[in-house]
Amino acid sequence: MAEKITPVLETKKLGISFGGLHAVQDFNIQIYSGELVGLIGPNGAGKTTVFNLLTGVYVPTEGTVLLDGVPLNGKKTHQFVEAGIARTFQNIRLFNDMTVLENVKAACTKDIHYNLLDATFRTSKFWRAEKASTDRCMELLAICHLEDKADLLASSLPYGQQRKLEIARALATNMKVLLLDEPAAGMNPTETAELLSCINTIRDRFGVAILLIEHDMSLVMNVCERIQVIDYGQTIASGLPEEIAKNPKVIAAYLGE
Amino acid sequence: MKQTSIKARYLVNLAAALLLFALAVVIGMTGGSTMKLKITPSLWQCSYLIIMAASLNLVLGFLGQLSLGHCGFMAVGAYAASLFSLALQRAGFYTEKSGPAFMLVLLLSFLIAGASAALLGLLVGIPALRLKGDYLAIITLGFGMIIVNLINNLPFCGQQGLSQGSASSALYATGLGFSNDEKMQYLWVAALVVILCMTVMFMFVRSKYGRCIRAIRDNEIAAAASGINVSYYKVMTFTISAFFAGITGTLYACCNASLSTTSFAFTNGSILNSVFIVVMVVVGGMGSLTGSVIAAVVLFLLNYTIKNGAWVAALPAFLQNVFTYPMLVYSIALIVVIMFRPRGIMGSREFALCDIPKWPAWISSYFASRGLEKSAKKEAANHG
Ligand SMILES: Nc1ncnc2c1ncn2[C@@H]1O[C@H](COP(=O)(O)OP(=O)(O)OP(=O)(O)O)[C@@H](O)[C@H]1O
Ligand SMILES: [Mg+2]
Repeated sequence: MAEKITPVLETKKLGISFGGLHAVQDFNIQIYSGELVGLIGPNGAGKTTVFNLLTGVYVPTEGTVLLDGVPLNGKKTHQFVEAGIARTFQNIRLFNDMTVLENVKAACTKDIHYNLLDATFRTSKFWRAEKASTDRCMELLAICHLEDKADLLASSLPYGQQRKLEIARALATNMKVLLLDEPAAGMNPTETAELLSCINTIRDRFGVAILLIEHDMSLVMNVCERIQVIDYGQTIASGLPEEIAKNPKVIAAYLGE
Repeated sequence: MKQTSIKARYLVNLAAALLLFALAVVIGMTGGSTMKLKITPSLWQCSYLIIMAASLNLVLGFLGQLSLGHCGFMAVGAYAASLFSLALQRAGFYTEKSGPAFMLVLLLSFLIAGASAALLGLLVGIPALRLKGDYLAIITLGFGMIIVNLINNLPFCGQQGLSQGSASSALYATGLGFSNDEKMQYLWVAALVVILCMTVMFMFVRSKYGRCIRAIRDNEIAAAASGINVSYYKVMTFTISAFFAGITGTLYACCNASLSTTSFAFTNGSILNSVFIVVMVVVGGMGSLTGSVIAAVVLFLLNYTIKNGAWVAALPAFLQNVFTYPMLVYSIALIVVIMFRPRGIMGSREFALCDIPKWPAWISSYFASRGLEKSAKKEAANHG
């Protein structure tokens, strides 16, 4: 490779402490477009905290997040999303009293361009924007196999489908980087297989970079191109899946010394 | 097919609105003395209660933030409209409450009342909405009290200003204050304002804005992570809600010959106070504008019958005693509603004229499902 490509997502010495607890320390990662990277580590290692740092939910005590080489310091969560980072949550956070379609459309808000007057007078601009958004959201729901659930309340979906709806909602933000926090948690094998096909479709269609937190080792080892392992907030290993599987530090972290 | 049905819905609602407006005009021209003395004053009261409840619902039901100072915004609107109209009246811009000059003043009064309340809503909302839950309630509660005291102490609202030699310094004449004749003649104004305000609120709620604020209500962190600028939409909704509360201030100033700040207090003996508006929203259903309309009317009627109903005198003595404490009756009514409809009369549904043909089916399916529940319970009890 002659010219140097900038990674879509890069962190430099990212860290945060809560009081005396260094939840994440010196976290460095580089992810390129179209890549699928796994982030693993034992319980309480700081994986979700990394996601919160990458989306502006927590303000880092040190270090920076760069998107396409642009630092995102001091921005708020919704500005991280505008810049192109979307995520799902480990503990599902849907808009429970809204329909499945509305959940996804709510995430399109920044791309629906009409103002209060258009809404009040129901101008053709309003109808066009709403229709376009509905069509796009239905496509996203189809990718996640939820198109026939569009008019149901989000809270009425079974667990596995709620997780998929979170993914559809994240997709609606038009992201460059997708962060998935344990998307397969609580899913049965068939649901996990469906999820996998869904993740692959997303990668093929949108060419986004995906960072995946997952406890299901077979899933991680199968789909991820690279894996980074953290323990007690520190990166203890990173590399190809087969390297990680053999790494003594990783084995020690998972089995306990 | 779906498109035409949406069109049909808009047409039906438009027709209903026109009918309502026409009815108000006809009453204004032909109403008799009962109409004049009893019904139209009540309709005016209903008009501002409806808009108050619906506009608070935007913040409480749709945005999910507890605001306890909604009447403060109404007070601002009422005083702004009164001062403005009084100034023009004293300047001789209009003498009679009719004619194009007065109509212009009336229109401007509405706009000025709305704008001043909205401005204040913006100023209060920007800092207050950084706080969550109880803190916002406390701040807005404080705001409602402060605004009342502030108005009481403003020099131009005092003896020399609005009162024109009125007996009590707490009472101030307004430039609008309609007589009973005028209330009937201008009933169409109240009808028009209600129709317009409710329409605008509906359009707001049924758009990306409504989706955003409901998303914020359901999960603030997820809303932010979906690219929604949470604080912007919160302040926006709060401001819009204050705008409509300000507009009701003008309706109030039209209804009353004089203004007193006690009418806008946090609690008072009447049905118009910040707490009662919250009750209306809860009873009607948080997140249902039509629910707020229904609850405002129902609670108004309840209040009216308690205070004026001849049938109360026919009740046994101990029940009459209960009715001398209206607040007790409201609490009982509230408890009953919460027991049987914990999410309010309408929940988060909206009443739609076009759905009326579907009612029989809904009702029978409701009872069928309740029947199933009951038989399931019975069976469980039998097995247990
Ligand atoms: N807001 C917070 N305040 C204090 N401590 C926190 C906060 N958020 C996270 N932590 C701590 O940081 C550490 C890392 O937590 P985190 O949720 O990131 O772990 P995780 O790797 O996602 O674990 P799991 O696999 O269980 O999801 C934990 O010790 C946790 O208690
Ligand atoms: Mg976690």
